[in-house]
Amino acid sequence: MGRKLLTEHINVEGIETFDVYRKHGGYRSVEKALKTMTPDEVVEEVKKSGLRGRGGAGFPTGLKWSFLAKPEGVPRYLVCNADESEPGTFKDRQLMSKLPHLLIEGMITGSYALGANTSYIYIRGELLYVLRILEKAIAEAYAAGFLGKNILGSGYDLDLFVHPGGGAYICGEETALLESLEGKRGNPRNKPPFPAVQGLYARPTVVNNVESIAAVPVIVNEGGDEYAKIGVGKSTGTKLFSACGHLNKPGIYEIELGLPVEEFIYSDEYCGGIWKGRDLKAVVAGGSSVPILPKELILKTAAGEDRLMTYESLSDGGFVTGTMLGSGGFIAMDETTSIVRNTWSFARFYHHESCGQCSPCREGTGWLEKVLHRLVHGHGQMHDIDLLVSVAKQIEGNTICPLGEAAAWPVAAAVRHFRDEFEWYVTHPQEATKPGAVYPGKLVTA
Amino acid sequence: MAKITFDGIEIEVPDGTTIMNAARQIGGSIVPPAMCYYTPLKGSGGKCRACLVKVAAGSAKDPRPMPKLVASCITPVQDGMVVENTTNDSVLDVRKGIVEMLLINHPLDCPVCDQAGECDLQNFAFEHGLSTTRYEEERRTFEKIDIGPLIQLHMTRCILCYRCVYTADQIAQGDRVHGVLGRGDAAEIGTYIENIIDNDFSGNVIDVCPVGALTDKTWRFKSRVWFTKPVDAHRDCPKCSGNVVLWYKGNEVLRTTARKDQYGEVKEWICNECRFEKKETSDWTIEGPAHIDRSSVISANHYELPVLNQSVIADLPASTQRELEKNPPLKLGN
Repeated sequence: MGRKLLTEHINVEGIETFDVYRKHGGYRSVEKALKTMTPDEVVEEVKKSGLRGRGGAGFPTGLKWSFLAKPEGVPRYLVCNADESEPGTFKDRQLMSKLPHLLIEGMITGSYALGANTSYIYIRGELLYVLRILEKAIAEAYAAGFLGKNILGSGYDLDLFVHPGGGAYICGEETALLESLEGKRGNPRNKPPFPAVQGLYARPTVVNNVESIAAVPVIVNEGGDEYAKIGVGKSTGTKLFSACGHLNKPGIYEIELGLPVEEFIYSDEYCGGIWKGRDLKAVVAGGSSVPILPKELILKTAAGEDRLMTYESLSDGGFVTGTMLGSGGFIAMDETTSIVRNTWSFARFYHHESCGQCSPCREGTGWLEKVLHRLVHGHGQMHDIDLLVSVAKQIEGNTICPLGEAAAWPVAAAVRHFRDEFEWYVTHPQEATKPGAVYPGKLVTA
Repeated sequence: MAKITFDGIEIEVPDGTTIMNAARQIGGSIVPPAMCYYTPLKGSGGKCRACLVKVAAGSAKDPRPMPKLVASCITPVQDGMVVENTTNDSVLDVRKGIVEMLLINHPLDCPVCDQAGECDLQNFAFEHGLSTTRYEEERRTFEKIDIGPLIQLHMTRCILCYRCVYTADQIAQGDRVHGVLGRGDAAEIGTYIENIIDNDFSGNVIDVCPVGALTDKTWRFKSRVWFTKPVDAHRDCPKCSGNVVLWYKGNEVLRTTARKDQYGEVKEWICNECRFEKKETSDWTIEGPAHIDRSSVISANHYELPVLNQSVIADLPASTQRELEKNPPLKLGN
């Protein structure tokens, strides 16, 4: 059983209230940081911890913090990205609704480290009930003197606000989030300038995922070096995975990075294997935008080594035989799943969520969806499969923000690994489009 | 100052200049196409991705290449930067892809479109596009929106360059910040533009539109642009500079536009009175034929004073020679 750093007390009765949370060691990091550490020392601890952004890109959080521009007399901001909307990812929602004070504690310590006196939690519009939980928790923190003027007599002031989005996936992209937070249409900005130089209201800003910020109290309490001992190589600490799909025990698991994927899927401690005694067909390891991998490649790398749940191991083999850790949305599919239908479903999502600002993504996401729609409904032709790859390639890398890639990668990967199934939809449209149709395997088309 | 190499040509430009503007200082066919960037409009650019270029070396200090293609219209130059545009095949391939993306939902109704002949998308597609399409689905359509008696909105032709949104915001100042409603390929130009049509400078959205999405209703279906003669003219206008181009067919002024430079960018914004109401030659002081040096069919018709070879003049009939003496050509070539 791995250590649980974030979710140790998640099932304690009343942990969402200030008193219970405090009794279980809450807000120690605020006391420690404000009373015994300088802001730079906190940043240094986070750097030492090797914590990597938990939102998807995996950029080292400490490094991101050290990039923050600090011109004299200009306010700085810490913004928490709680716009979790990636299909398959639902870890932050749980963390915030059960442990709101953990996030608030992380926001206070983080804001202190960055010298921010105003901080924001930008929460997904659909999570209104979580917003209320957070607001209640923030009110409690104000009442207890952990927020507001002169926190714990240290002279440090911090105001924390929760701001709901309108429910757009694109506002999870950090610059679109900032635009939305400023009250504008959530279009991603062109970079550079990066938020660390010109972010919210054109001021230096750090945008971090909920889970990254929630890890800060642990790092401050235990020390960066201690945190870095957990995990493998450059993937340190623990990570929440939201496992869903055809598993016996779907749910949110906090694991120590470095756990073998096979153990995560099949061990009774975690997902407990594939449901109904079926075989695993494919896994999307880090939220819908990362490349899908077939069973052989998710359990073992192309070189035959065990695939581990780390940033490095999951991306071993690049996009040819690897994938990404992403945001930790672990979607398992059993042998009866139609990869083509699933790809269509993902493409439909990205088509719906493209902001429409830059042409490759605006037009390309719709195009991908339409071609996949044709294939799924038995009207596809052989050249449509190559068309998918070609359109995905035209989007990838040519857009303002990563949504273009997020739309292109799953399609390209599905064709890469399951081309025969796409061909089956073209050659056997009547069988393939029957409700509950199951691809009979490579033997039929061969 | 920063020294950069663009397609093998070295040029020194002030710090902060964008790659696009550095290329424009060199000029010629190496200049990346721009479908959304518009120098007079703050914040424009970066959206159409037509001007993507390869930065083979980031700067003298950090000569690593940039991992992705960058939008040249918004990326500032660095000293020692090496940029590849027409010399890089991957850039040209991507540009082909961009043309295809811009065209898949475009109605291609050029035969009935008033913009045809001076359309940026036409020129862009002609230079970089394919003559066929791989798109088999139905093209996108919109509910028709009437935005008043002066400006015609054809949302189906729109490529969402946001130029009109910035114009409405910066030139024809309104109170609202909505320009585009909806998202993805369902995004459309919305209420904001509708609300500015009574503004004195709203007509400028017609000039900035790279396609036929916003056209002049008073000129609608009157003529193809290449059958008209552009003439520079001015008048004493209390609201704007009064410097315009009149587009004649015979003795009739069919429309009035602002003057544009070689990249199709308006030099001086004009007011709606000049644009829509003054349609008589007597309203204007005529300066002479307008020089259109954009790559379009308009310039192909030589509606400018001819460049004459001296030796040819000697062979002309006496009556023509007398005519030429009275109205000498602007330019005399060899």
